[in-house]
Amino acid sequence: MESYKAKKNLTQALIHLFLIVFSITMLVPFLWMVLTAFKTQTEATAIDPFVILPSTWNFDNFATVWTSYNFLYLYKNTLLMIFFRVLCAVLTATMAGYAFGRLQFPFKNLLFSLVLIQMMVPSQIFIIPQYIMVSKLKWINTIAGLVFPGMVTAFGTFLLKTGYQGLPKDLEEAASIDGCNIGQQFLVIMMPLTRSSMVSLGIFTAVFAFKDLMWPMIVCSDAKSTTLSAGLAKMQGQFSSNFPQLMAAATMACLPMIVLYLIFQKQFVEGIATSGGKL
Amino acid sequence: MAKTKMTPTQKSQAKWGLAFVAPTMIGLLVLNFYPIFNTIYQSFFKTGDFGMGNIFVGLKNYATVLTGNNFWRALGNTFKYALIEVPFSIVFALLLAVFLNRKIAFRGGYRTIFFLPMVAAPAAVAMVWRFLYNQQFGLLNNVFHTTTAWISDPKIAWISIGVIGVWSIVGYNMILLIAGLQEIPHDYYEAAEIDGATGVKQFFRITIPLLSPTIFFILQTRIIGALQQFDLIFMVMDRSNPALPKVETVVYYFYTTAFNQNNRGLGAAIVVTMLVIIMAITFILQKSEKKWVFYN
Repeated sequence: MESYKAKKNLTQALIHLFLIVFSITMLVPFLWMVLTAFKTQTEATAIDPFVILPSTWNFDNFATVWTSYNFLYLYKNTLLMIFFRVLCAVLTATMAGYAFGRLQFPFKNLLFSLVLIQMMVPSQIFIIPQYIMVSKLKWINTIAGLVFPGMVTAFGTFLLKTGYQGLPKDLEEAASIDGCNIGQQFLVIMMPLTRSSMVSLGIFTAVFAFKDLMWPMIVCSDAKSTTLSAGLAKMQGQFSSNFPQLMAAATMACLPMIVLYLIFQKQFVEGIATSGGKL
Repeated sequence: MAKTKMTPTQKSQAKWGLAFVAPTMIGLLVLNFYPIFNTIYQSFFKTGDFGMGNIFVGLKNYATVLTGNNFWRALGNTFKYALIEVPFSIVFALLLAVFLNRKIAFRGGYRTIFFLPMVAAPAAVAMVWRFLYNQQFGLLNNVFHTTTAWISDPKIAWISIGVIGVWSIVGYNMILLIAGLQEIPHDYYEAAEIDGATGVKQFFRITIPLLSPTIFFILQTRIIGALQQFDLIFMVMDRSNPALPKVETVVYYFYTTAFNQNNRGLGAAIVVTMLVIIMAITFILQKSEKKWVFYN
């Protein structure tokens, strides 16, 4: 019995060891990013011995990056793009998901197969024509241009359809006895019941838009009209060796999403896990 | 639809249904389905200089794609990247998921940490790793007292990029696998315990078969995701990096062709060819599913 217990303890210890080593591997890039952001260029490029902690914790790099790289604009553009993309995606997908999940209407199967086809096709195939449309609309370097490809969502429609299908069968019957038409049933009874699917889609849409690099680089090349991701790419292209400033910029770009993640962890994990690998 | 008389309920469902799907369907037609055909159309044209008219060139762009070196090299690089990212991120995620599915101290904390890269912008992640890999000032060479050119040595750059890919995605795979593990009934393990099956045996005889649908789902989505890798290459590899030809992926080749060299016709041909390859891989994976995925 004693040896069994000892063996069990040993296993536990080994598992913890593995998990701790893995955790360090996962955290070191983030830690090094933040530490470097506080260092001077001399400290960041010191070798033999290299410097782990900055001698003083000053925010000079953050201040420099904030003013010289238009960070206020990057935050504003990213926030607006996320806001409109989430609004459009949740609104259109909720309506379509409800119709596909609960109603009978002509061409339903055909239309839904279009939704499925869109989900299977790699998104790069849409980009050239989307870019041409945006430039014809004169939306280059605008928020509308950033939002454009995310105005509707096949994946979100699929997600919400699944959510609506999961609701009990007799909900509509009870509502129609009360004299509600389909629009009222949707708004008053059905929609509130799929709130968790809507939250998942909202978070997925926000994180996806936040991480996207190629589209903002294509439609918003102007430093003041682009997003955090594409802004970082621009900075690195211009100042590839000022590590403290680059790390300060990376820290500032990542911080809002990480803080939101730490607060709304459960919803984030659910929202991203339902994305079906699209992130 | 047969032209039978619809009851009032059917009529109202048809009316509301079509109205509710209209925004999404119109959006998909304009934003996705028109672009698919337009991309195919453009792939038969040479993009005119300075926005002048395009010239029909037939299959010339496809000939460039299929007979030139660039596309095949990029495709080979993409597969090499996938060969690191996909298996390693799944195997590590499986270990983590099995460990975190037990009653273990600090479980939630570990989970939070492993999932963290999923909410970080790949552009920022790539910048940080590029600094870690820096030959002169990078943390890796400083800690290990090496002078390895992690991202500019053509022999190892693809592995270094693959490591960032694994680091970025392992937590996501882990979350899906934990969800899969929680669906396996406890009785199975209890029965195995009575029969004297050890932990390792249980893992291979119970966990893996019952988890195979989840593993298959991750495998399929990760293969397709890895084949579309762009962000890491774009951010980590400088244009002047000598290892770039050894790591640039198909989507990177597409991006530079279509948007840096403004050769949209060739870009369209690249991306259509990629579509065909991804469709073929999806088809093969679906066919293989029955062979090794165990459905209860």
